[in-house]
Amino acid sequence: MDISVLPLAVNGPVHEHRTVRLEGGLNLECGVHLAPLEVAYCTYGTLSPTRDNAILVCHALTGDQYLAEQHPLTGKPGWWSRMVGPGLPIDTDRYFVVCSNVLGGCMGTTGPRSICAATGKAWDSAFPPITMHDIVAAQARLIDHLGIDRLFAVIGGSMGGMQALTWAADFPDRVFAAMPIATSPFHSAQNIAFNEVSRQAIFADPDWHDGHYRDFDAIPARGLGVARMMAHITYLSEEALSRKFGRRIRHDAATAVPASSSPSLFGEMFEVESYLRHQGSSFVRRFDANSYLTITRAMDYFDLAAEHDGDLANPFRKSQTRFCVVSFSSDWLFPTSQSRLLVRALNRAGANVSFVEIESDRGHDAFLLEEPDFDRTIRGFINGAAEHAALLAGEG
Amino acid sequence: MRVDQRLIAEMIAPRSRVLDVGSGDGTLIDYLYRTRACDARGIEIDMQNVTQSVAHGLPVMHGDADHDLADYPDGTFDYVVLQRTLQAVERPREVLKQMLRIGHHAIISFPNFGHWRLRLQLLTTGRMPMTPVWSTPWYSTPNIHPCTIRDFLVLCEEEGYVVQQWLAIDEDGARAPWRRSIRLANLFGEQAMFLLRRARP
Repeated sequence: MDISVLPLAVNGPVHEHRTVRLEGGLNLECGVHLAPLEVAYCTYGTLSPTRDNAILVCHALTGDQYLAEQHPLTGKPGWWSRMVGPGLPIDTDRYFVVCSNVLGGCMGTTGPRSICAATGKAWDSAFPPITMHDIVAAQARLIDHLGIDRLFAVIGGSMGGMQALTWAADFPDRVFAAMPIATSPFHSAQNIAFNEVSRQAIFADPDWHDGHYRDFDAIPARGLGVARMMAHITYLSEEALSRKFGRRIRHDAATAVPASSSPSLFGEMFEVESYLRHQGSSFVRRFDANSYLTITRAMDYFDLAAEHDGDLANPFRKSQTRFCVVSFSSDWLFPTSQSRLLVRALNRAGANVSFVEIESDRGHDAFLLEEPDFDRTIRGFINGAAEHAALLAGEG
Repeated sequence: MRVDQRLIAEMIAPRSRVLDVGSGDGTLIDYLYRTRACDARGIEIDMQNVTQSVAHGLPVMHGDADHDLADYPDGTFDYVVLQRTLQAVERPREVLKQMLRIGHHAIISFPNFGHWRLRLQLLTTGRMPMTPVWSTPWYSTPNIHPCTIRDFLVLCEEEGYVVQQWLAIDEDGARAPWRRSIRLANLFGEQAMFLLRRARP
Protein backbone atom coordinates (compact mmCIF):
# COMPACT_ATOMS: atom_id res chain seq x y z
CA MET A 1 0.00 0.00 0.00
CA ASP A 2 1.42 3.36 -0.95
CA ILE A 3 0.66 5.67 1.91
CA SER A 4 2.00 8.76 0.21
CA VAL A 5 -0.89 8.94 -2.26
CA LEU A 6 -3.48 8.88 0.49
CA PRO A 7 -5.05 12.18 1.43
CA LEU A 8 -3.81 13.60 4.70
CA ALA A 9 -6.94 13.97 6.75
CA VAL A 10 -6.93 16.65 9.39
CA ASN A 11 -10.59 17.20 10.12
CA GLY A 12 -12.20 13.90 9.36
CA PRO A 13 -11.71 10.25 8.62
CA VAL A 14 -10.83 10.37 4.94
CA HIS A 15 -8.17 7.69 5.08
CA GLU A 16 -9.39 4.17 4.30
CA HIS A 17 -8.04 1.91 7.00
CA ARG A 18 -7.64 -1.78 6.33
CA THR A 19 -10.68 -3.12 8.13
CA VAL A 20 -12.55 -6.36 8.66
CA ARG A 21 -16.31 -6.16 9.13
CA LEU A 22 -17.73 -8.86 11.36
CA GLU A 23 -21.49 -8.95 11.00
CA GLY A 24 -21.92 -11.17 14.06
CA GLY A 25 -20.75 -8.32 16.24
CA LEU A 26 -19.70 -8.55 19.86
CA ASN A 27 -21.50 -8.97 23.18
CA LEU A 28 -20.04 -6.38 25.48
CA GLU A 29 -19.62 -6.97 29.21
CA CYS A 30 -22.13 -4.19 29.87
CA GLY A 31 -24.78 -6.26 28.08
CA VAL A 32 -24.95 -4.26 24.85
CA HIS A 33 -24.63 -6.20 21.63
CA LEU A 34 -22.45 -4.26 19.24
CA ALA A 35 -23.07 -5.21 15.60
CA PRO A 36 -21.55 -5.12 13.14
CA LEU A 37 -18.07 -5.05 14.59
CA GLU A 38 -15.37 -3.46 12.51
CA VAL A 39 -11.72 -3.96 13.37
CA ALA A 40 -9.02 -1.94 11.64
CA TYR A 41 -5.58 -3.50 11.59
CA CYS A 42 -2.15 -3.64 10.01
CA THR A 43 0.02 -6.70 9.45
CA TYR A 44 3.71 -7.17 8.77
CA GLY A 45 5.61 -10.23 7.65
CA THR A 46 4.13 -13.49 6.45
CA LEU A 47 1.94 -15.97 8.24
CA SER A 48 3.60 -19.39 8.18
CA PRO A 49 1.76 -22.31 6.53
CA THR A 50 1.15 -23.79 9.99
CA ARG A 51 -0.03 -20.39 11.24
CA ASP A 52 2.16 -20.61 14.32
CA ASN A 53 4.29 -17.48 13.98
CA ALA A 54 1.76 -14.73 14.71
CA ILE A 55 2.61 -11.99 17.19
CA LEU A 56 -0.13 -9.63 18.27
CA VAL A 57 1.14 -6.23 19.34
CA CYS A 58 -1.34 -4.27 21.46
CA HIS A 59 -1.17 -0.49 21.39
CA ALA A 60 -1.41 1.94 24.28
CA LEU A 61 -4.16 4.45 25.09
CA THR A 62 -3.46 6.89 22.27
CA GLY A 63 -1.65 4.54 19.91
CA ASP A 64 -3.12 2.82 16.91
CA GLN A 65 -2.58 0.04 14.40
CA TYR A 66 0.11 1.93 12.48
CA LEU A 67 2.84 0.05 14.25
CA ALA A 68 5.65 0.03 11.76
CA GLU A 69 4.63 2.15 8.82
CA GLN A 70 4.06 5.80 8.12
CA HIS A 71 1.00 7.12 9.92
CA PRO A 72 -1.66 8.19 7.40
CA LEU A 73 -2.70 11.26 9.38
CA THR A 74 0.51 12.55 10.91
CA GLY A 75 2.96 11.31 8.28
CA LYS A 76 5.23 10.17 11.12
CA PRO A 77 6.86 6.72 11.28
CA GLY A 78 4.90 3.97 13.04
CA TRP A 79 4.96 4.17 16.83
CA TRP A 80 7.14 1.07 17.21
CA SER A 81 8.94 1.08 13.88
CA ARG A 82 12.23 0.91 15.72
CA MET A 83 11.15 -2.40 17.26
CA VAL A 84 9.16 -4.09 14.50
CA GLY A 85 10.63 -4.84 11.08
CA PRO A 86 13.02 -7.07 9.17
CA GLY A 87 15.92 -8.02 11.44
CA LEU A 88 14.58 -5.91 14.31
CA PRO A 89 13.82 -7.36 17.79
CA ILE A 90 10.29 -8.23 16.65
CA ASP A 91 11.57 -9.65 13.40
CA THR A 92 9.08 -9.55 10.53
CA ASP A 93 11.33 -11.90 8.55
CA ARG A 94 10.37 -14.59 11.06
CA TYR A 95 7.06 -13.51 12.51
CA PHE A 96 3.69 -12.39 11.25
CA VAL A 97 2.93 -9.28 13.27
CA VAL A 98 -0.62 -8.03 13.74
CA CYS A 99 -1.66 -4.76 15.34
CA SER A 100 -5.27 -3.64 15.50
CA ASN A 101 -6.92 -0.43 16.57
CA VAL A 102 -8.64 -1.03 19.92
CA LEU A 103 -12.38 -1.22 20.31
CA GLY A 104 -13.61 2.28 21.13
CA GLY A 105 -10.76 3.80 19.14
CA CYS A 106 -10.94 6.32 16.34
CA MET A 107 -8.75 4.83 13.63
CA GLY A 108 -11.24 2.54 11.96
CA THR A 109 -12.29 0.06 14.63
CA THR A 110 -15.84 0.37 15.95
CA GLY A 111 -15.96 3.24 18.40
CA PRO A 112 -17.84 6.41 19.24
CA ARG A 113 -17.51 7.68 15.68
CA SER A 114 -19.19 4.57 14.26
CA ILE A 115 -22.83 4.52 13.28
CA CYS A 116 -25.20 3.02 15.81
CA ALA A 117 -27.42 0.55 13.93
CA ALA A 118 -30.47 1.35 16.06
CA THR A 119 -30.42 5.12 15.53
CA GLY A 120 -28.62 5.38 12.21
CA LYS A 121 -26.49 8.11 13.77
CA ALA A 122 -22.98 8.14 15.17
CA TRP A 123 -22.73 6.85 18.72
CA ASP A 124 -20.65 9.79 19.94
CA SER A 125 -20.92 9.98 23.72
CA ALA A 126 -23.66 7.33 23.76
CA PHE A 127 -21.10 4.65 22.88
CA PRO A 128 -21.48 1.88 25.47
CA PRO A 129 -18.87 1.54 28.22
CA ILE A 130 -16.27 -1.06 27.35
CA THR A 131 -13.70 -3.02 29.31
CA MET A 132 -10.27 -4.48 28.61
CA HIS A 133 -12.02 -7.83 28.13
CA ASP A 134 -14.20 -6.33 25.40
CA ILE A 135 -11.14 -4.84 23.73
CA VAL A 136 -9.41 -8.22 23.76
CA ALA A 137 -12.57 -10.06 22.65
CA ALA A 138 -12.71 -7.79 19.59
CA GLN A 139 -9.07 -8.59 18.83
CA ALA A 140 -9.84 -12.29 19.22
CA ARG A 141 -12.49 -11.95 16.50
CA LEU A 142 -9.86 -10.48 14.21
CA ILE A 143 -7.44 -13.29 15.04
CA ASP A 144 -10.21 -15.82 14.29
CA HIS A 145 -10.84 -14.05 11.01
CA LEU A 146 -7.15 -14.32 10.12
CA GLY A 147 -7.40 -18.07 10.71
CA ILE A 148 -4.97 -18.04 13.64
CA ASP A 149 -5.73 -20.50 16.38
CA ARG A 150 -2.91 -19.76 18.79
CA LEU A 151 -0.84 -16.60 18.94
CA PHE A 152 2.84 -17.22 19.34
CA ALA A 153 3.07 -14.05 21.42
CA VAL A 154 1.04 -11.11 22.65
CA ILE A 155 3.14 -8.05 23.40
CA GLY A 156 2.12 -4.64 24.64
CA GLY A 157 3.25 -1.68 26.68
CA SER A 158 1.16 0.38 29.10
CA MET A 159 -2.51 -0.22 28.20
CA GLY A 160 -1.14 -2.66 25.61
CA GLY A 161 0.31 -4.62 28.53
CA MET A 162 -3.12 -4.73 30.15
CA GLN A 163 -4.38 -6.30 26.93
CA ALA A 164 -1.51 -8.81 26.88
CA LEU A 165 -2.42 -9.83 30.45
CA THR A 166 -6.10 -10.01 29.59
CA TRP A 167 -5.32 -12.23 26.60
CA ALA A 168 -3.34 -14.59 28.83
CA ALA A 169 -6.15 -14.61 31.41
CA ASP A 170 -9.11 -14.92 29.02
CA PHE A 171 -7.55 -17.17 26.35
CA PRO A 172 -4.78 -19.14 28.09
CA ASP A 173 -4.71 -21.77 25.35
CA ARG A 174 -4.34 -19.21 22.60
CA VAL A 175 -1.27 -17.41 23.95
CA PHE A 176 2.09 -19.19 23.92
CA ALA A 177 4.04 -16.22 25.26
CA ALA A 178 2.97 -12.90 26.77
CA MET A 179 5.03 -9.80 27.31
CA PRO A 180 3.34 -7.18 29.50
CA ILE A 181 5.58 -4.11 29.46
CA ALA A 182 5.45 -1.02 31.70
CA THR A 183 2.02 -2.01 32.88
CA SER A 184 0.01 -3.14 35.87
CA PRO A 185 -2.59 -5.79 36.67
CA PHE A 186 -4.90 -3.01 37.87
CA HIS A 187 -5.30 0.70 37.27
CA SER A 188 -4.15 2.48 40.43
CA ALA A 189 -6.05 5.24 42.22
CA GLN A 190 -3.37 7.68 41.08
CA ASN A 191 -3.84 6.67 37.46
CA ILE A 192 -7.61 6.91 37.71
CA ALA A 193 -7.10 10.36 39.24
CA PHE A 194 -4.98 11.48 36.28
CA ASN A 195 -7.58 10.15 33.87
CA GLU A 196 -10.29 12.02 35.73
CA VAL A 197 -8.41 15.32 35.37
CA SER A 198 -8.10 14.61 31.64
CA ARG A 199 -11.80 13.94 31.35
CA GLN A 200 -12.79 17.01 33.33
CA ALA A 201 -10.65 19.12 31.02
CA ILE A 202 -12.64 17.78 28.06
CA PHE A 203 -16.01 18.27 29.82
CA ALA A 204 -15.10 21.86 30.66
CA ASP A 205 -14.49 22.77 27.03
CA PRO A 206 -17.38 24.92 25.65
CA ASP A 207 -17.07 22.93 22.42
CA TRP A 208 -17.81 19.67 24.25
CA HIS A 209 -21.59 19.91 23.74
CA ASP A 210 -22.24 16.88 25.95
CA GLY A 211 -20.25 14.77 23.59
CA HIS A 212 -22.26 15.69 20.50
CA TYR A 213 -19.67 18.18 19.32
CA ARG A 214 -19.69 16.81 15.81
CA ASP A 215 -23.34 17.84 15.41
CA PHE A 216 -22.08 21.36 16.03
CA ASP A 217 -19.13 21.00 13.66
CA ALA A 218 -16.81 21.47 16.60
CA ILE A 219 -14.23 19.54 18.51
CA PRO A 220 -13.33 20.15 22.18
CA ALA A 221 -9.78 20.85 21.09
CA ARG A 222 -8.75 22.88 24.12
CA GLY A 223 -10.04 20.31 26.57
CA LEU A 224 -8.55 17.37 24.73
CA GLY A 225 -5.30 19.27 24.29
CA VAL A 226 -5.05 19.99 28.02
CA ALA A 227 -5.87 16.35 28.74
CA ARG A 228 -3.01 15.30 26.50
CA MET A 229 -0.61 17.83 28.00
CA MET A 230 -1.32 16.63 31.52
CA ALA A 231 -1.13 12.97 30.54
CA HIS A 232 2.10 13.55 28.67
CA ILE A 233 3.80 14.78 31.84
CA THR A 234 2.94 11.45 33.47
CA TYR A 235 4.66 9.58 30.62
CA LEU A 236 7.98 11.29 31.30
CA SER A 237 10.12 11.74 34.39
CA GLU A 238 11.49 14.73 36.20
CA GLU A 239 14.95 13.74 35.07
CA ALA A 240 13.92 13.38 31.44
CA LEU A 241 12.15 16.75 31.47
CA SER A 242 15.13 18.45 33.11
CA ARG A 243 17.54 16.96 30.63
CA LYS A 244 15.41 17.73 27.62
CA PHE A 245 14.26 21.24 28.53
CA GLY A 246 15.76 22.37 31.80
CA ARG A 247 14.61 25.91 32.50
CA ARG A 248 15.42 27.09 29.03
CA ILE A 249 13.29 29.86 27.61
CA ARG A 250 12.07 30.11 24.08
CA HIS A 251 12.22 33.63 22.64
CA ASP A 252 10.41 32.70 19.47
CA ALA A 253 7.61 35.30 19.26
CA ALA A 254 5.38 33.08 17.18
CA THR A 255 4.99 30.53 19.94
CA ALA A 256 4.70 32.95 22.82
CA VAL A 257 1.38 34.07 24.18
CA PRO A 258 0.14 37.22 22.39
CA ALA A 259 1.25 40.48 23.95
CA SER A 260 -2.31 41.37 24.89
CA SER A 261 -2.34 38.86 27.71
CA SER A 262 -0.04 40.45 30.26
CA PRO A 263 3.33 40.42 28.53
CA SER A 264 5.15 41.00 31.78
CA LEU A 265 4.11 37.58 33.06
CA PHE A 266 3.81 35.44 29.97
CA GLY A 267 5.77 37.30 27.34
CA GLU A 268 8.28 34.52 27.16
CA MET A 269 7.77 30.84 27.26
CA PHE A 270 9.68 27.97 28.81
CA GLU A 271 10.66 25.33 26.32
CA VAL A 272 8.78 22.69 28.27
CA GLU A 273 5.57 24.72 27.90
CA SER A 274 6.04 25.04 24.19
CA TYR A 275 6.72 21.31 23.94
CA LEU A 276 3.56 20.39 25.83
CA ARG A 277 1.42 22.77 23.78
CA HIS A 278 2.74 21.16 20.66
CA GLN A 279 1.92 17.73 22.10
CA GLY A 280 -1.60 18.92 22.89
CA SER A 281 -2.33 20.56 19.56
CA SER A 282 -0.96 17.77 17.41
CA PHE A 283 -2.91 15.21 19.44
CA VAL A 284 -6.31 16.78 18.85
CA ARG A 285 -5.76 16.55 15.11
CA ARG A 286 -5.62 12.77 15.23
CA PHE A 287 -7.66 11.70 18.24
CA ASP A 288 -11.33 11.80 19.09
CA ALA A 289 -12.45 13.08 22.50
CA ASN A 290 -15.19 10.46 22.91
CA SER A 291 -12.67 7.72 22.14
CA TYR A 292 -10.35 9.20 24.75
CA LEU A 293 -13.12 9.08 27.33
CA THR A 294 -14.23 5.57 26.38
CA ILE A 295 -10.75 4.06 26.47
CA THR A 296 -9.55 5.82 29.63
CA ARG A 297 -12.66 4.48 31.35
CA ALA A 298 -11.86 0.95 30.17
CA MET A 299 -8.41 1.36 31.73
CA ASP A 300 -9.93 2.61 34.99
CA TYR A 301 -12.16 -0.47 35.21
CA PHE A 302 -9.18 -2.77 34.77
CA ASP A 303 -8.49 -4.89 37.86
CA LEU A 304 -7.71 -8.53 37.11
CA ALA A 305 -7.51 -9.63 40.74
CA ALA A 306 -10.89 -8.13 41.67
CA GLU A 307 -12.51 -10.13 38.88
CA HIS A 308 -11.01 -13.35 40.26
CA ASP A 309 -11.98 -13.38 43.93
CA GLY A 310 -9.31 -10.88 44.85
CA ASP A 311 -6.41 -13.19 44.00
CA LEU A 312 -4.35 -12.17 41.00
CA ALA A 313 -2.91 -15.69 40.79
CA ASN A 314 -6.32 -17.19 40.00
CA PRO A 315 -6.58 -16.20 36.32
CA PHE A 316 -3.13 -17.71 35.67
CA ARG A 317 -3.38 -21.03 37.47
CA LYS A 318 -2.54 -23.90 35.12
CA SER A 319 -1.39 -21.32 32.57
CA GLN A 320 1.19 -22.74 30.16
CA THR A 321 1.99 -19.27 28.82
CA ARG A 322 5.57 -18.05 29.13
CA PHE A 323 5.56 -14.56 30.62
CA CYS A 324 8.15 -11.83 30.40
CA VAL A 325 7.31 -8.84 32.59
CA VAL A 326 9.30 -5.67 31.93
CA SER A 327 9.29 -2.44 33.92
CA PHE A 328 11.39 0.73 33.76
CA SER A 329 13.12 2.13 36.81
CA SER A 330 11.92 5.73 36.35
CA ASP A 331 8.33 4.87 35.37
CA TRP A 332 6.15 6.41 38.06
CA LEU A 333 2.89 5.93 36.18
CA PHE A 334 3.23 2.14 36.11
CA PRO A 335 6.00 1.67 38.67
CA THR A 336 8.12 -1.45 39.07
CA SER A 337 6.29 -2.24 42.32
CA GLN A 338 3.14 -3.01 40.30
CA SER A 339 5.06 -5.26 37.92
CA ARG A 340 6.55 -7.02 40.92
CA LEU A 341 3.07 -7.58 42.30
CA LEU A 342 2.15 -9.20 39.01
CA VAL A 343 5.30 -11.35 39.02
CA ARG A 344 4.60 -12.58 42.52
CA ALA A 345 1.06 -13.53 41.53
CA LEU A 346 2.38 -15.38 38.48
CA ASN A 347 4.81 -17.22 40.76
CA ARG A 348 1.95 -18.13 43.07
CA ALA A 349 0.25 -19.58 40.02
CA GLY A 350 3.42 -21.51 39.19
CA ALA A 351 3.68 -19.82 35.80
CA ASN A 352 6.90 -19.50 33.81
CA VAL A 353 8.00 -15.91 34.40
CA SER A 354 10.91 -13.75 33.41
CA PHE A 355 11.06 -10.33 35.00
CA VAL A 356 13.40 -7.47 34.15
CA GLU A 357 13.48 -3.91 35.36
CA ILE A 358 15.25 -1.83 32.74
CA GLU A 359 17.43 0.97 34.09
CA SER A 360 16.24 4.16 32.39
CA ASP A 361 15.61 7.76 33.39
CA ARG A 362 13.01 8.37 30.69
CA GLY A 363 9.89 7.44 32.61
CA HIS A 364 6.92 5.50 31.31
CA ASP A 365 7.57 6.35 27.65
CA ALA A 366 10.92 4.52 27.80
CA PHE A 367 9.24 1.52 26.20
CA LEU A 368 8.79 3.55 23.01
CA LEU A 369 12.34 4.87 22.99
CA GLU A 370 15.82 3.66 22.28
CA GLU A 371 16.82 1.44 25.21
CA PRO A 372 19.39 -1.20 24.17
CA ASP A 373 18.78 -3.43 27.22
CA PHE A 374 15.08 -3.42 26.47
CA ASP A 375 15.65 -4.35 22.82
CA ARG A 376 17.90 -7.22 23.88
CA THR A 377 15.29 -8.38 26.37
CA ILE A 378 12.49 -8.45 23.80
CA ARG A 379 14.62 -10.16 21.19
CA GLY A 380 15.97 -12.72 23.67
CA PHE A 381 12.61 -13.55 25.17
CA ILE A 382 10.97 -14.00 21.77
CA ASN A 383 13.82 -16.15 20.46
CA GLY A 384 13.87 -18.24 23.65
CA ALA A 385 10.11 -18.76 23.44
CA ALA A 386 10.38 -19.63 19.75
CA GLU A 387 12.95 -22.28 20.60
CA HIS A 388 10.58 -23.77 23.16
CA ALA A 389 7.62 -23.58 20.80
CA ALA A 390 9.58 -25.49 18.17
CA LEU A 391 10.57 -28.11 20.73
CA LEU A 392 7.01 -28.55 21.86
CA ALA A 393 5.81 -28.84 18.27
CA GLY A 394 8.53 -31.44 17.66
CA GLU A 395 7.33 -33.46 20.63
CA GLY A 396 3.69 -33.14 19.73
CA MET B 1 30.70 -23.90 33.25
CA ARG B 2 32.31 -24.14 36.67
CA VAL B 3 33.23 -27.61 37.85
CA ASP B 4 30.89 -27.40 40.84
CA GLN B 5 28.03 -26.46 38.50
CA ARG B 6 28.76 -29.61 36.56
CA LEU B 7 28.56 -31.57 39.80
CA ILE B 8 25.19 -29.97 40.54
CA ALA B 9 23.94 -30.80 37.06
CA GLU B 10 24.92 -34.43 37.60
CA MET B 11 22.66 -34.58 40.66
CA ILE B 12 19.63 -33.47 38.64
CA ALA B 13 17.48 -36.00 36.82
CA PRO B 14 16.67 -35.25 33.20
CA ARG B 15 13.36 -33.51 32.43
CA SER B 16 13.00 -32.18 35.98
CA ARG B 17 11.61 -28.85 37.01
CA VAL B 18 14.44 -26.80 38.47
CA LEU B 19 14.66 -23.39 40.14
CA ASP B 20 18.15 -21.95 40.38
CA VAL B 21 18.16 -19.33 43.14
CA GLY B 22 20.97 -16.93 42.35
CA SER B 23 21.28 -18.06 38.75
CA GLY B 24 24.06 -15.57 37.90
CA ASP B 25 24.59 -15.36 34.17
CA GLY B 26 22.29 -18.34 33.67
CA THR B 27 24.97 -20.90 32.82
CA LEU B 28 23.49 -23.73 34.89
CA ILE B 29 19.87 -23.33 33.75
CA ASP B 30 20.99 -23.00 30.14
CA TYR B 31 22.97 -26.23 30.52
CA LEU B 32 20.09 -28.05 32.22
CA TYR B 33 17.67 -26.95 29.54
CA ARG B 34 19.90 -27.85 26.63
CA THR B 35 21.45 -31.09 27.81
CA ARG B 36 18.88 -32.46 30.25
CA ALA B 37 15.64 -31.09 28.79
CA CYS B 38 14.81 -29.58 32.17
CA ASP B 39 12.24 -26.86 32.75
CA ALA B 40 14.92 -24.72 34.41
CA ARG B 41 14.19 -21.23 35.70
CA GLY B 42 16.26 -18.70 37.58
CA ILE B 43 16.01 -16.00 40.21
CA GLU B 44 18.83 -13.48 40.24
CA ILE B 45 19.48 -10.38 42.30
CA ASP B 46 21.87 -8.63 39.90
CA MET B 47 19.89 -6.82 37.20
CA GLN B 48 22.72 -6.96 34.67
CA ASN B 49 22.76 -10.73 35.01
CA VAL B 50 18.98 -10.89 34.74
CA THR B 51 18.94 -8.83 31.55
CA GLN B 52 21.74 -10.89 30.06
CA SER B 53 19.95 -14.13 30.90
CA VAL B 54 16.60 -13.04 29.47
CA ALA B 55 18.39 -11.67 26.41
CA HIS B 56 19.68 -15.21 25.96
CA GLY B 57 16.14 -16.50 26.06
CA LEU B 58 16.35 -17.92 29.59
CA PRO B 59 13.41 -17.62 32.00
CA VAL B 60 14.98 -15.57 34.77
CA MET B 61 13.31 -13.11 37.09
CA HIS B 62 14.76 -10.38 39.23
CA GLY B 63 14.44 -11.33 42.87
CA ASP B 64 16.27 -12.86 45.80
CA ALA B 65 16.30 -15.92 48.04
CA ASP B 66 15.04 -14.13 51.12
CA HIS B 67 11.94 -12.58 49.60
CA ASP B 68 10.83 -14.39 46.49
CA LEU B 69 10.63 -18.08 47.38
CA ALA B 70 7.58 -17.69 49.60
CA ASP B 71 5.29 -17.08 46.61
CA TYR B 72 5.66 -20.44 44.90
CA PRO B 73 3.17 -23.19 45.69
CA ASP B 74 4.36 -26.32 47.53
CA GLY B 75 6.21 -28.79 45.36
CA THR B 76 6.44 -26.54 42.29
CA PHE B 77 9.93 -27.85 41.49
CA ASP B 78 11.79 -31.13 41.63
CA TYR B 79 15.03 -29.36 42.56
CA VAL B 80 15.74 -25.95 44.03
CA VAL B 81 19.39 -24.96 43.72
CA LEU B 82 21.29 -22.42 45.82
CA GLN B 83 24.90 -22.02 44.72
CA ARG B 84 27.49 -20.37 46.97
CA THR B 85 24.82 -18.08 48.40
CA LEU B 86 23.55 -19.56 51.67
CA GLN B 87 26.17 -17.66 53.69
CA ALA B 88 24.98 -14.36 52.18
CA VAL B 89 21.23 -14.57 52.72
CA GLU B 90 19.44 -12.80 55.55
CA ARG B 91 17.74 -15.87 57.02
CA PRO B 92 19.47 -19.10 55.92
CA ARG B 93 17.22 -21.34 57.99
CA GLU B 94 14.07 -19.83 56.49
CA VAL B 95 15.53 -19.97 52.97
CA LEU B 96 16.26 -23.68 53.39
CA LYS B 97 12.76 -24.25 54.67
CA GLN B 98 11.28 -22.49 51.65
CA MET B 99 13.54 -24.38 49.25
CA LEU B 100 12.35 -27.71 50.61
CA ARG B 101 8.75 -26.55 50.63
CA ILE B 102 8.63 -25.48 46.99
CA GLY B 103 11.01 -28.22 45.84
CA HIS B 104 11.18 -31.94 46.47
CA HIS B 105 14.95 -31.67 46.66
CA ALA B 106 17.36 -28.87 47.51
CA ILE B 107 20.91 -28.64 46.24
CA ILE B 108 23.06 -26.27 48.26
CA SER B 109 26.68 -25.34 47.93
CA PHE B 110 28.51 -23.04 50.35
CA PRO B 111 32.08 -22.16 51.31
CA ASN B 112 33.19 -24.07 54.41
CA PHE B 113 34.26 -21.81 57.26
CA GLY B 114 35.77 -24.82 59.02
CA HIS B 115 38.65 -25.13 56.54
CA TRP B 116 42.01 -25.52 58.26
CA ARG B 117 43.49 -22.38 56.72
CA LEU B 118 40.74 -20.25 58.22
CA ARG B 119 41.11 -21.90 61.60
CA LEU B 120 44.87 -21.46 61.51
CA GLN B 121 44.71 -17.80 60.50
CA LEU B 122 42.29 -16.96 63.25
CA LEU B 123 44.38 -18.88 65.77
CA THR B 124 47.77 -17.45 64.78
CA THR B 125 46.90 -13.87 63.80
CA GLY B 126 43.81 -13.29 65.92
CA ARG B 127 42.20 -11.54 62.98
CA MET B 128 39.34 -12.41 60.63
CA PRO B 129 40.71 -14.90 58.12
CA MET B 130 41.10 -14.00 54.46
CA THR B 131 41.52 -16.69 51.81
CA PRO B 132 40.84 -16.93 48.08
CA VAL B 133 37.37 -18.30 48.92
CA TRP B 134 36.75 -15.78 51.72
CA SER B 135 38.30 -12.87 49.94
CA THR B 136 36.50 -9.78 51.25
CA PRO B 137 37.39 -8.03 54.52
CA TRP B 138 34.92 -8.33 57.39
CA TYR B 139 33.56 -4.80 56.97
CA SER B 140 32.49 -5.22 53.38
CA THR B 141 31.70 -8.89 53.03
CA PRO B 142 28.23 -9.92 51.88
CA ASN B 143 28.81 -13.23 53.71
CA ILE B 144 26.92 -12.50 56.89
CA HIS B 145 26.14 -16.10 57.86
CA PRO B 146 29.24 -18.25 57.39
CA CYS B 147 29.04 -21.83 58.62
CA THR B 148 31.06 -25.01 58.66
CA ILE B 149 30.11 -28.34 57.16
CA ARG B 150 29.33 -29.68 60.63
CA ASP B 151 27.20 -26.65 61.45
CA PHE B 152 25.19 -27.32 58.34
CA LEU B 153 24.73 -30.99 59.16
CA VAL B 154 23.47 -30.09 62.64
CA LEU B 155 20.92 -27.70 61.11
CA CYS B 156 19.72 -30.36 58.69
CA GLU B 157 19.22 -32.74 61.58
CA GLU B 158 17.33 -30.14 63.63
CA GLU B 159 15.08 -29.33 60.70
CA GLY B 160 14.54 -32.95 59.76
CA TYR B 161 16.15 -32.83 56.33
CA VAL B 162 17.58 -36.01 54.86
CA VAL B 163 21.08 -35.67 53.40
CA GLN B 164 20.91 -37.78 50.27
CA GLN B 165 24.36 -36.88 49.10
CA TRP B 166 27.16 -34.61 50.23
CA LEU B 167 30.63 -33.86 49.01
CA ALA B 168 33.50 -31.56 49.77
CA ILE B 169 34.93 -29.59 46.89
CA ASP B 170 38.02 -27.51 46.46
CA GLU B 171 38.26 -23.86 45.51
CA ASP B 172 37.86 -24.54 41.80
CA GLY B 173 34.80 -26.63 42.47
CA ALA B 174 36.38 -30.01 41.83
CA ARG B 175 35.37 -32.92 43.99
CA ALA B 176 37.72 -33.41 46.94
CA PRO B 177 38.64 -36.85 48.26
CA TRP B 178 37.26 -36.58 51.83
CA ARG B 179 34.17 -38.49 51.06
CA ARG B 180 33.95 -40.75 54.03
CA SER B 181 34.94 -38.57 56.96
CA ILE B 182 32.94 -35.49 57.79
CA ARG B 183 35.67 -34.49 60.23
CA LEU B 184 38.29 -34.48 57.46
CA ALA B 185 35.97 -32.85 54.96
CA ASN B 186 35.25 -30.10 57.46
CA LEU B 187 38.97 -29.53 57.88
CA PHE B 188 40.14 -29.85 54.29
CA GLY B 189 37.09 -29.07 52.14
CA GLU B 190 37.05 -25.49 50.90
CA GLN B 191 33.44 -25.79 49.83
CA ALA B 192 30.62 -28.23 50.41
CA MET B 193 27.68 -29.41 48.37
CA PHE B 194 24.55 -31.08 49.69
CA LEU B 195 21.58 -32.79 48.13
CA LEU B 196 18.70 -32.71 50.60
CA ARG B 197 15.14 -33.84 50.73
CA ARG B 198 12.41 -33.53 53.29
CA ALA B 199 12.02 -36.41 55.75
CA ARG B 200 8.93 -38.41 54.89
CA PRO B 201 6.18 -37.66 57.39
